[in-house]
Amino acid sequence: MATIQITGGRVIDPSQDLDFEGDLWLSRGRVLPHGSASEDADLVVDARGMIVCPGLIDVHVHLREPGNEEDETIATGARAALAGGVTSVACMPNTRPAIDTQAAAEFVVLQARRARQANVFPVGAVSKERKGEELAELGQLVAGGAVAFTDDGAPVVSAALMRTALEYARMFDRVVMQHCQVPELTLGGVMNEGFESMRLGLGGMPAAAEDIMVARDIRLAEITGGRLHIQHISTARSVELVREGQRRGVRVTAEACPHHFSLTDESLRSFDSNFKMNPPLRTWSDVEAVIEGLKDDTIEILATDHAPHAREKKMREIDLAPFGIVGLETLLPITIKCLIEPGHLTWPRVIRKLTCNAATLLNLTNKGTLRAGADADVTIIDPNARWTIDPAQFHSKSRNTPFGGWEVRGRAHAAIVSGELRFSRDPRHQLLIST
Amino acid sequence: MERSPNPRARSTQPDAPWQGRHLLGLEDLSAGAIASILDRAQVHAQHAAQSREKSQALKGRVVFNLFFESSTRTRTSFSLAAKRLSADTQDFSPTGSSLSKGESFIDTARNLEAMGADILVVRHPTPGTPKLLAENVACAVVNAGDGAHEHPTQGLLDLLTIRRAKGRIEGLTVGLLGDIAHSRVARSNIWGLSKLGAKVILCGPPTLVPRGWERLGCEVAHHFDDILPRCDVVNVLRIQFERQHAGLFPSVGEYSHFYMMTQERIKRARPDLLLLAPGPINRGVELTPEVADGRHSAILDQVANGLAVRMAVLEMLGGERAE
Repeated sequence: MATIQITGGRVIDPSQDLDFEGDLWLSRGRVLPHGSASEDADLVVDARGMIVCPGLIDVHVHLREPGNEEDETIATGARAALAGGVTSVACMPNTRPAIDTQAAAEFVVLQARRARQANVFPVGAVSKERKGEELAELGQLVAGGAVAFTDDGAPVVSAALMRTALEYARMFDRVVMQHCQVPELTLGGVMNEGFESMRLGLGGMPAAAEDIMVARDIRLAEITGGRLHIQHISTARSVELVREGQRRGVRVTAEACPHHFSLTDESLRSFDSNFKMNPPLRTWSDVEAVIEGLKDDTIEILATDHAPHAREKKMREIDLAPFGIVGLETLLPITIKCLIEPGHLTWPRVIRKLTCNAATLLNLTNKGTLRAGADADVTIIDPNARWTIDPAQFHSKSRNTPFGGWEVRGRAHAAIVSGELRFSRDPRHQLLIST
Repeated sequence: MERSPNPRARSTQPDAPWQGRHLLGLEDLSAGAIASILDRAQVHAQHAAQSREKSQALKGRVVFNLFFESSTRTRTSFSLAAKRLSADTQDFSPTGSSLSKGESFIDTARNLEAMGADILVVRHPTPGTPKLLAENVACAVVNAGDGAHEHPTQGLLDLLTIRRAKGRIEGLTVGLLGDIAHSRVARSNIWGLSKLGAKVILCGPPTLVPRGWERLGCEVAHHFDDILPRCDVVNVLRIQFERQHAGLFPSVGEYSHFYMMTQERIKRARPDLLLLAPGPINRGVELTPEVADGRHSAILDQVANGLAVRMAVLEMLGGERAE
């Protein structure tokens, strides 16, 4: 498909502070200069009433391949991403085996190329086998396509190793992403520690377990000059620590997930393991602090922590069920419902946190923008579509969501990757999409 | 914000008798519902004192004891209660069963239901498991203890024991002593006692009585000797030795020094102090033998009342009812 004309949409590109009604042209996998109308579009996409923006980037997903293909594969996860309007994902290395070598990173890149859905960028492990002992071969991981490093799923517990990683990763100007949690404070934990865990008799995970490691790692980023990214920030104090670190000039960024600004630990009264994630759902004051952090840009990035688990694993006693929920296909509606509709953020600000800010974090210079010559990754959002979240309709292989049955507004209408229309809800487009 | 249905929505009328389909916890029950169970249990208790004749209330009904965690006393009490009501009873414990082959607890419950279970009495180490079972089976579910969450029949039998000894619950001051944090008995007692108008004092070391309970209307104390003179009732919870291994208190000796109910302490208590212990008790740790066997102790009354409470619960869940 050589040339695509997207007509009549509201084009929002925060990387250039663009927000206008009009056309966007894509040709040979690139964005054409704004206003450069060509006469011979191979495909015209009617985007009237829609938002047209750079393809959304989710910096935090788990695709489970290799090792747990019963939960998700790179192909199904990348398909779910497109259905959620996400054209690029960064996948975490906690697979079996872990993505801790160049070959493992290349495997992810290869599988993603075969799938031809969303772009998939591997995040390499910080330590060999994610054991937290020895540094993985970070440079060779970069050669294999790794865009960042993390031991996510577990934190880098050793302060010494974390310091080394932050220091060494500077050589490649790559960010170290950290799941901040002091493990000895959360042993046996199922949910946030507090009034609700006390009342339900469930093991608690105190907010302090997150805060302590956030504070530690910000100091380590400060003394090393390394780039630190706080994953799925969930506590009020952690938001404050990041804010204070940024004020001091530390290279620290943070992401927030929809479940951490839409739900609280009161949901656990249902004992439903779809409310069990790590970090856990916190209290209303934490939710408010996360929203405040999103509003003042302390939290520059929105991400899902998409964590698929097969039904038979999640349908267990709540202390035995694994942590995590799927998120790619509910990212937009929950964000709209909890951030845009209440007036916390405007569309351009939400899109900024899902495009250029995410691209900057991952050093993706040609993504997250509609500048002339950028990669032709485009998301078209119908902001007014009313629908009910039905997990049975998910493209993901897994259904573990707490949002089933929610009445929501807004969803991805179409997704274009490298100038190819790869996902569309428009019935007229179905023949064009080769899957 | 959407949320799953609130179980307490059922108990909007505080004085209505209990009509629940399951007994999952006392948090879900209104004061009227709890009182109606206690009334029925009292009838059974009085009957048992006079006659050995069985009730026919559950004739032809099948009661399964599905115990995922070991228990002798509670399981025996439930079995006997079901038999006194003429139900057929069967024990099922996961040891050596298909559960060790990876069958899920819901599959196990459905299997028992397919064998004709009318009531599943469930004990499980994980909070909430009886609730999940209740959502996945058609028969009635009775929670016989779920982790540190609730043990409603224990709560009810403690209430019945207090009510029979004191003639009332409202206005009494009840001390719960020991490991509140990890105790399902404590939670069921807190809900039941509060709903019936008693004042609850929680007492133990801060590692076993963490902050936050005041929000449930309880008083929190750490020095037993300070609160003992104010208590009409003290319920001595069992201390689990693994808590010491987890480092939550330094030694059994130090625990006993602060919290063991001794003759010395009894002297400083009210003369009519009622002493409960859910058992099995550790003599010489929570209670000295003289106190356990002394005149304040209602430990054996609790066992008898437990049978009556479980009969009332099984009967009210499994008997014929107007639909």
